[in-house]
Amino acid sequence: MKKYLSFFKMRLIASLQYRAAALAGLSTQFVWGGMEVLLYRALWSAHPERFPMGAEALAAYIWLQQAFLTFFALWQWDRELAESVRNGTVAYELTRPTDLYGMWFAKSLAQRVSRGLLRCAPVILLGALIPAPWGLRLRVSPAAFGLFLLSTALMLLVVCSMSMLTYALCFFVTDHRGIVTVLTPLADFLGGAIVPLPFLPEGLRRFAELTPFGAMQNVPLRVFGGDLAGAAALRAVGLQVFWAAAMTAAGYALMRAGLRRTVIAGG
Amino acid sequence: MIEMEGVSKTYRVRRREAGLGNAVKSLFSREYTEIPALRDVTFAIPDGQIVGYIGPNGAGKSTTVKILSGILRPDCGVCRVNGLVPWEDRKRHVARLGVVFGQRSQLWWDVPVIDSLELLRDIYRVPEGRYRENLDRLTELLDLADLLRTPARMLSLGQRMRCEIAAALLHSPEVLFLDEPTIGLDAVSKLKVREFILEQNRLCGTTVILTTHDMQDVDALCSRVLLIGKGRLLLDGTTAEIRAMAGENLSTEESVADLYRRFGI
Repeated sequence: MKKYLSFFKMRLIASLQYRAAALAGLSTQFVWGGMEVLLYRALWSAHPERFPMGAEALAAYIWLQQAFLTFFALWQWDRELAESVRNGTVAYELTRPTDLYGMWFAKSLAQRVSRGLLRCAPVILLGALIPAPWGLRLRVSPAAFGLFLLSTALMLLVVCSMSMLTYALCFFVTDHRGIVTVLTPLADFLGGAIVPLPFLPEGLRRFAELTPFGAMQNVPLRVFGGDLAGAAALRAVGLQVFWAAAMTAAGYALMRAGLRRTVIAGG
Repeated sequence: MIEMEGVSKTYRVRRREAGLGNAVKSLFSREYTEIPALRDVTFAIPDGQIVGYIGPNGAGKSTTVKILSGILRPDCGVCRVNGLVPWEDRKRHVARLGVVFGQRSQLWWDVPVIDSLELLRDIYRVPEGRYRENLDRLTELLDLADLLRTPARMLSLGQRMRCEIAAALLHSPEVLFLDEPTIGLDAVSKLKVREFILEQNRLCGTTVILTTHDMQDVDALCSRVLLIGKGRLLLDGTTAEIRAMAGENLSTEESVADLYRRFGI
C-alpha cells in the first residue's frame, strides 16, 4: 500500500513542477465554465419548461465538471506510460518488484487526482460566488452527498481501468495515438462531456448511460445536483461497479497477454 | 550464483524492401525473418564475481541481460539466479536485483533526483535505516551531494549516470546488471563509475555482470570475460587469456577486435 501512496506523492510533486500548465488550465476552465453557463442560460430563458434538467442542477454539473476536469477527462492520457511501451523504458518498470498493472493503475490514478486537487479549489470558489441559479450550491441531502462521494471514487476507477485498457493495447500496436483518436470523441460524447446526457434524445441517452462512458462523470455530476437520485442513482452506481470490475479484469488479462509477447529491442 | 544452461531465444523481425510500393505490399502480406538472438548459451557465475560480457552489436548481450532480469522469457533452456527462475518468480527475483540500462533512464525526468530515490525506497520497501545508510554511502562514493536536489533533466549525462547507478543500488541488491553504464561518459566520470563498481563489489560482495563495448572497462573491472557473437558463447576466460590468444603485444581492445575477426562475427 505504501508504495502506491508514494506514487501518489510523486505525482503530486511532479504536478507541482508545472506551474504554467496549472495556471493555463485553470484560466481555461474559468472561461469555459462561464461560456457554458451563458449558453445554457440563453437556451433556458427561451424555454425553461422544456429544459431536461433544473438550472441549479445544470450549473452544479458545469462548475464541478470544470473543477474536476482531470478526474474524468479521458483525453488526459499519461503520455509517459504509452511512450514507455513505444520506446522500451518499460524495461525498467519490469525490473521492479511490483505488478505492472497495479503500478500503472496507481500512477494514472495519482496523476488524475493530484492534478485535480491542485486546481479544483479556485473553480469551486468562483462557481460558489456566482448568483443563483447559475452558481455552484450544495442543495442535496447528506445521504445524497455521500452517494456523490462514492460515485466520484467509482468514477475514478472506471476512468482509470479504461485508460489501462488502452495502455495495455499499446503492447499490440506500434503507436497508441490511433486508439486515442477514436476513443476520445466517443468518450466525450457518450460520457456527457460535451452536452450533459439528459439533453440527448431519449433512446441515445439510455444507450449512453449503459456504456462505460456513461459510468464516468455523468454519475457524480448529476448526483451532486440532485438530477440523478433515488433508485436511478443507485442503479447508475451499480453500473459503475460493474464497469470498473469488468474493465479492470479485461485490462489485466490484456496486459498479461501483451507482456508475454513483448520484446524490448535495442540497447 | 547465476546459472544459464542451454538458453536459446529467437526473435521474429518484420522485413521489407524500401519504398512505397513495398510498404503497401506489406499491408497485405508481411514477411518475417527469424533471428536467433541466443543459441544454446551456457555459463555459471559464482557470487561476488565481476564479469564482462562482451561482443559486437547485435550479438545477444542485451537479450541475455533481459532474460536474466526476468523481462524476457527464453524459448528453451534453464536459467537460475540465486535459485530463482527470473521470469517465473519475477517479483521475488527482481527485489534482489539492481539494473542499469545505460541508454534508458529510471529517474523521473522533471523532479529532483532525491524524490525518485525515495519512490524507489518505497517500491523496494527498503527500511529507513538501511536507506539512509546506503544513500549516505552512495552520495559520498559517487559524489552526489549537489546532484540529489536537481531535477534529472538538468543533469549532464555523466551526472545522471551516477544517479542511475545509485538508484539501482539503494535496495542492496545481491546481483547488479550494468548494461553499458559508461556509454557516452567523459574520462573523469568513467573513472569514477569504475572505481565505484570495484568498491561496491569489494565491500558488499555484489555480483556484477557488465555489458560494454569499452575494453578499458573490462580491463579495469573484470576478472572474467564472456565473449558472445551471433548468439553463441565463444569464449570464457580472463582478460589475460584473451590477450594471450591474440598473441603479440596487443591491447585488450585490439585483441578483442582480432577475435571478432577470427570468429567471423
